[in-house]
Order: sequence, then structure tokens, then C-alpha cells
Amino acid sequence: MTLTIDDVVVRYGSATAVDRVSLSVHSGEVVALLGPSGCGKSSLLRAVAGLEPLAAGSVRWDGSSLAGVPVHRRGFGLMFQDGQLFAHRSVSGNVGYGLPRGASVDALLDLVGLAGFGGRSVETLSGGERQRVALARALAPQPRLLLLDEPLSALDRTLRERLAVDLRAALVATGTTALFVTHDHDEAFAVADRVGVMSGGRLLQVATPTDLWRSPASREVASFLGYEAFVHASAQAAAPLREALGSRLEDDATIALAEGAFVVGRAGVAKGTVTGVASRRGRSEVRVEVDGIGAVTALGPVGGRWATGDVVELGVEPDALAVLPL
Amino acid sequence: MTQTLVRLDAPASPPRSSGRARVVAFWSLAVLVPLLFLGLFFAWPVAVMIGKGFVVDGRVDLSGFAEVFSDPRTWRIIGLTVAQASLGTTISVLLGVPGAYLLYRHSFRGRSVLRALVTVPFVLPTVVVGVAFRSLLVDGGPLGFLHLDGTFAAIVAALVFFNYAVVVRAVGGLWERLDPRAEQAARALGASPWKAFRTVTLPSLAPAIASAASLTFLFCATAFGTVLVLGGLQFGTIETEIWIQTTQFLDLRAAAVLSVVQLVVVAAVLVVAGRARSRRERALALSSQTSRPLSLRRPPGLPPGDGHAMSLAAAAVTAVVVVLIATPLVNLVVRSLHTPRGWSFDNYTALGTTGGSLTVTVWQAALNSLRIAVDATTIALLVGGLVALVVSRRPRRPAARRAVGGLDALFMLPLGVSAVTVGFGFLLSMHHPFGLPVDLRTSPLLVPIAQAVVAVPLVVRTVLPVLRAIDPRLREAAATLGASPFRVLRTVDLSLGLRAFGLAVGFAFAASLGEFGATSFLARPDRPTLPVVIFRLIGRPGPQNYGMALAASVVLAVLTTIVVATCEKLRTAGPGGDW
Repeated sequence: MTLTIDDVVVRYGSATAVDRVSLSVHSGEVVALLGPSGCGKSSLLRAVAGLEPLAAGSVRWDGSSLAGVPVHRRGFGLMFQDGQLFAHRSVSGNVGYGLPRGASVDALLDLVGLAGFGGRSVETLSGGERQRVALARALAPQPRLLLLDEPLSALDRTLRERLAVDLRAALVATGTTALFVTHDHDEAFAVADRVGVMSGGRLLQVATPTDLWRSPASREVASFLGYEAFVHASAQAAAPLREALGSRLEDDATIALAEGAFVVGRAGVAKGTVTGVASRRGRSEVRVEVDGIGAVTALGPVGGRWATGDVVELGVEPDALAVLPL
Repeated sequence: MTQTLVRLDAPASPPRSSGRARVVAFWSLAVLVPLLFLGLFFAWPVAVMIGKGFVVDGRVDLSGFAEVFSDPRTWRIIGLTVAQASLGTTISVLLGVPGAYLLYRHSFRGRSVLRALVTVPFVLPTVVVGVAFRSLLVDGGPLGFLHLDGTFAAIVAALVFFNYAVVVRAVGGLWERLDPRAEQAARALGASPWKAFRTVTLPSLAPAIASAASLTFLFCATAFGTVLVLGGLQFGTIETEIWIQTTQFLDLRAAAVLSVVQLVVVAAVLVVAGRARSRRERALALSSQTSRPLSLRRPPGLPPGDGHAMSLAAAAVTAVVVVLIATPLVNLVVRSLHTPRGWSFDNYTALGTTGGSLTVTVWQAALNSLRIAVDATTIALLVGGLVALVVSRRPRRPAARRAVGGLDALFMLPLGVSAVTVGFGFLLSMHHPFGLPVDLRTSPLLVPIAQAVVAVPLVVRTVLPVLRAIDPRLREAAATLGASPFRVLRTVDLSLGLRAFGLAVGFAFAASLGEFGATSFLARPDRPTLPVVIFRLIGRPGPQNYGMALAASVVLAVLTTIVVATCEKLRTAGPGGDW
């Protein structure tokens, strides 16, 4: 019950969308492919579904190749960003499409929180409701593997965050093995057991959300995850960071700083010049320029007031630091 | 989402053999059946007809070209064809664009009635249009004082009358769904309503206008029945000239040369139309329908110079056009009730007789027409449906994509190739076809098949846009839910294609009911169709024959309109087709 993607290459004409990617997804596991748009993650997903031909490599299920198996025989579900509901069918007509005639869809509608919606026309649903129907429809035939292509990206932020939790709950509740594609870190981290970071058609790193955040494999992965500044471990400016990390560091390692690596007002170990202040969800985000490190975003206490040009004392938050092997 | 769904331990069915062979077999048939049909009933008769002109005593003889082209009459006819088609197209577009704006971008009471009214001429049989204009313009007719009967202007007016709906429907269909925010953005950037229209909306509409214009040009350039009735011997198109050369002068060589000329003209226009269409299918920002209410007084709160004048201008132009369209129709009905002994239904009563000069009664001819139309529509739907299905695919391989594009263009050819050539070609080729000892000329299916050849392009153009508008991911979603290729076809393509099906039935039926060019050759004397009977009646002297022709035209017009209106009612709201 394992999906094995082995050295897969997908080409559109002369352009290579997926460049020798290998990955496996185990039974009951939810794996996210995270990357900026155009990184090849959707192409990889479509290749697994059988919608794009492989230029090289293989996709196997439990060790047997799927090369000769057409889309509808793979037993893989697919859910699109915009749902792709059948507008000429009702909600239950959509959900029941992959089921034997007359099968009940009530439990599925219940699962996605749409109990009683069966008779409605899909045209009357809101964006969030449509995606719930699409999810129920994809789960209905109990796919061996569910593929999700940016399932929440078309929704607004609040709805997206709520549905991400619901999506994870539905996948876990049904024990569904899932591979899903997104460009949103929070979504990937909220839904997946493991996250793979893709860029330029290559798969850069696959790890659990925690491991990925703690130890990005490269500067590229770290930047994509949101690490905003990098400093050589042996540099003088890195001294307070080395101290905060506490552990012994290789001299040629690089320390990556995420937002909040510096905290304004904590026992000062460094100094920075304020270049701007923003407020996000009540907390102050202070853009500071730190000598030898560059521009970083430090967190400040609620209600703090700073003016551009102020020099502030900065403490270090070790949880927002990562050590890169290079 | 707190409820737990108990997951059965059996996963989806394990892969079986894919049934790929059946899929390949289906698509092969879907390509071969229409190709065979087109080859047998279009390409071959046309080739035989043209061959007759160029093969003398078993040798190819192209001297016909030199001879025909050195005749000033030929150049006059080609000039006339191009002139009346260009004029007809230009006027149709100039009037049709404001019409599309009013009828598809505004809402007002009676809009659907108006939309239906402007469509009526398009589905009217060409012979009826000719008769309606004649009865309006003859000396003693309501507009007889204009002395337009038998003039070039009358022909152009009839062509515009006929093609106005083509422009309104094609342009309106797109305009209705054009995202208004692009225009609003232009307005916010300081453009006047007129400038925003000219610089933003018009370019977006250009592909639809170009596509409608090329179709209109095609219809005008190959007009037969209308021109034959209105133009007499003085004015004509290449199409009527082919008919005259074939039936009056028995000069097959000249007819063959002219058929080739027409083929070249038509192919050129089709290339332009195809380009315009493919550009049109490029992603345009479309939204759901947006229309604003039309009111004669400026709505409160709308400042002056905010586009109200444009709406009024469009309304005024369209009102004039609607009156002009209604005039010949109303006049036709009125004149058919006007008999030598005053107002009466005598002309209609006479439809139950042979009028002394016909082989059957007019009612029998109407029945023939209906029977033939049912057969022709069935054939056209089968062939056209398959073509639309095949052409709506977007294969991955460039070679296959080009092949699909070629098939699309190929099946548009009957739209413009002389129906007269097809009809006469049938007569020549169906006698012992391929040396087989059968004479298909007596087959009752011959007329329906010839009419289906003409109707297939209409079916394709109506169904294809709907099939093409289906997001390919919808099919992919169905496939990932376990639907076999056939179930995808049935539950996605067919279900959605059915929306256009009603209209396709209507157009095919109307085309068959009104078909005159090919039918005039093929209808057996004892089984004439209604248009054939009408043409015979107006060719005979006497007010009684003329009165019967008027009444029969009304009957044919009413029949056609009812069929199309019923079929259009069956159409559910969906993406608009080409018409």
C-alpha cells in the first residue's frame, strides 16, 4: 500500500516540468508538495494520476508499475483547486458519481459538514461549500490514494485556515492516503505528515513539518520556508546567535534567521536600527537593520512604539534559528 | 467533519485490462463514418461534376478556364458576387453590432421576443425571403414606388435581412459574457464611454465580429434561392450562374469552371473564419451574464456623458432594423390574404389543389418536406455530432492536433460549396455509382442525404462551441472517480452537449426545410418539396399562381419558425454557440 515515485520526468514539449523526482507515500500518510507556482508540483500530481505521460521514470503502487493503467482504473482520487463540480448534477449527484448507482451519500455529506445539502444544485453553493462537495466526491469511491491539487487556494484566508483543519480531520478519519500540492506553508504544515519542497522541477527536501523547519537542507529551502537572513557561523555578528543556540557549530555552517529570531526589548545582546514598523494580529513587527546580518523582522511587545531611526536592543529567540550544513 | 466514516478494507478495484481497444475502435469509427459520408456524398459528386467539365473524351482539357475567363459575363458575375457579398456583410455588421449591444447587454420588456424576431429571417427558406421581398417591391406593392424590384439594392437588402441575425447572435453571445470590469477599468482611467468601447470592448469583440463577418460573406456569396427569385437574369451570384449554365445553357464546362472558382473563394473565406475562431477561443475574460436595464430617460444618479446616449443610439438603430425586418414578413402575410375578389383565404384554400400546373397539392409537398426534413435532420445530427465530438478533442501530439483542425475545416466546406454543384453532381454520380448496378437516383434517401450535407456544418458549429467550452479537467475529475472513457463521454460530453442539441436540431431541420439549390435537381417530379413548389408557382403566370406562392411561402415560414422556436426552447442556458 505504498506509492513509489521513481526518477519521474514530465516534459511539455521541450520544457521540463518535473525533473527526476523520487518520493514515496506510505499507507495512511498525508504528504504535501510545497513550492512556488510553476515549480512542477501540479505536473507531478497529474503524472501520478495518469493525466500526464511520463517522459522517464516510473510510478508504482505496491511495487507494480502503473504505466499501463488508465486514469479511471488507478483507483486514485483527484480534487482540483476549483472543484470542477458537474454543474448539471445536484450535490448528491456529484458526490455519488463515483459510487454504484443508488449508494447513499449521507455519511459523506455528514463527514464534510454538509448534511442535508444533497438535493441542492451546486450552482447555489458558496466557494467553501463547493470545495467540501468536491472533497466528499473525491473521498466517496474510497480511493487508494487521494491527490489534491491546491484544494484550498481559491478560498479566502479565514476559510482556508478553517478548512485546512477540517481537511486533515477528514483524511485522518477515513484513513486516506493522500498526496497534496500547495504553495501555502501554513496549509502544508497544518495538513501533512510530511512535506516535500519543490523548486524548478526538482524535489529539494522531504521531511516532517518540524524537521523541515528545524533543519532545512539548503539555503534555497530555507528562503522558501520564510527564513529571511543568513549569516556565516564564524562571522562576528553571529556571536549572540551562536550563544543562543548553545550547541557546538561547525565553523563553516550558516545560521538562518526566521521572522522573530530577534525580539525587541528582551535582554539585549545585539543592536539594530528601526527602519519600519507593522502590526500583524496585534503584535508589532519591527523591521530592523542589524550590522553584519542585514534587514530582519523582529517581534515586539503589544503596544510598543518605535520611530524610524531608533536604535533598539535585541534579544535572540533560538526557536527561530536554523543551522544549515553549508 | 467530526463524524468518522468507517473505511472498508477493500480498496478500489485492482487494475484490469484497460479496454483500450474499444476506445480506439470508437474514435476510429467517429472519424471514419463522417469522412466516408462526406467523401461519398459530397467530395465524389462534386468531383464528378467538375470532372465532366474538364475531361473531354478521356483527356483532361483545361481550355474551359481560358474560355470562361475570356467571357466578360464571367467577370461581371464574379464582380457582382463579390460586390453584393461585401456590401451585404458590411451593412450587416454595421447594423448588427448595435443590435447585439441592445439585445444582449440590456434588459427590457419584450427582449426575448425581439431576439426571436430578428432570428426568424435567418431560418427562413431563401425562396421565401425572395418571394417576400418581391411582393414588397413589385409595382403595386407597398414599396413599389421605390422602383427597387429587380435591382441590385433589393438583393443586398434581402441579404442583410437574412444575415443580420448571424451578426447579432454571434457578437451578442460573446458580448453578453464579456467581463465588464475591463471596460470599467478603462473608464476609471479617464476614457469616455465611446473611447472605452472603441479601445477595450471592440478589440475583445473583434474575433466574434470577424467570425460573423466571414460567415455572412460566405452566406451572401453563395446565396442562391433569394438571388434567383430577386435578380432574374440580370443580377446573380456565381451560384445562380452555375445553375443557369447547367440547366439553361447546358454548358457543363462553364459550370465546372465556376464551381472551382467558388470553391477557391469559399476556401479562402473559411481560412479567415477559422483564424478568427481560433483567436476567439483564446482565453477571454468572461463572466456570467451582465446586462443593465434599458430606459429611455436617463436613470436617476447616472451623470450625463456616461454612456446613456450610446444605449439610446443603439436602441434607435435597432428599432429601425426591427421595423425593416418586420415589414416584408407582415407584407407577405397581408398580400397572401389579398385576392382578386378582396380579402379572403382563397389562396390558402387553393393549397389543397394542384393549382392546375403542379403535380401534387401544396399540402402534399409540405408533407414531403417534413418527412424529408426528419430524415435529413437525423443524418445531419449523427454525422455532425460525431464531427463535433472529434473536433472538440485537443490531442497531445501536434500532428493529431493539426489533423483535428483539418477535419474541422473540411466539414465547413459544404457550407459554401455550391449546393447546385452538389445536386447536379448527385444526379451524375449516383447513376451506377462506382460501376455498381444500382441507380441511387431513385432512392428516397437521396434528397435527405443531399440536404444533410448542407446541414452538417450548422450542426457542427452549434454543438462544437459547447463541447469546447467544457473544462478538460471536468473529464479528468470524472476519470479519477473511476469513470471509463465511455462513461465520461456519456456523463460529461453528452450531458453538456445536449444543451446545444435542441438548437442543432432546429437549425438542421430549418436548413432542410428551406434547402432549394440541391433539392431543385434531386426532388422527383412526383415528390417535390415546398420550396420547389413555390419556385414553380412564381415562375408561372397569373395572379392565382402568384397568390398560391405567397400562401405557400407563409406556410413554409410558419413551419420553419415553429420548429426552430420549439427547439430553442429546449436549449438550456449555456455558453453561446456561433449563432
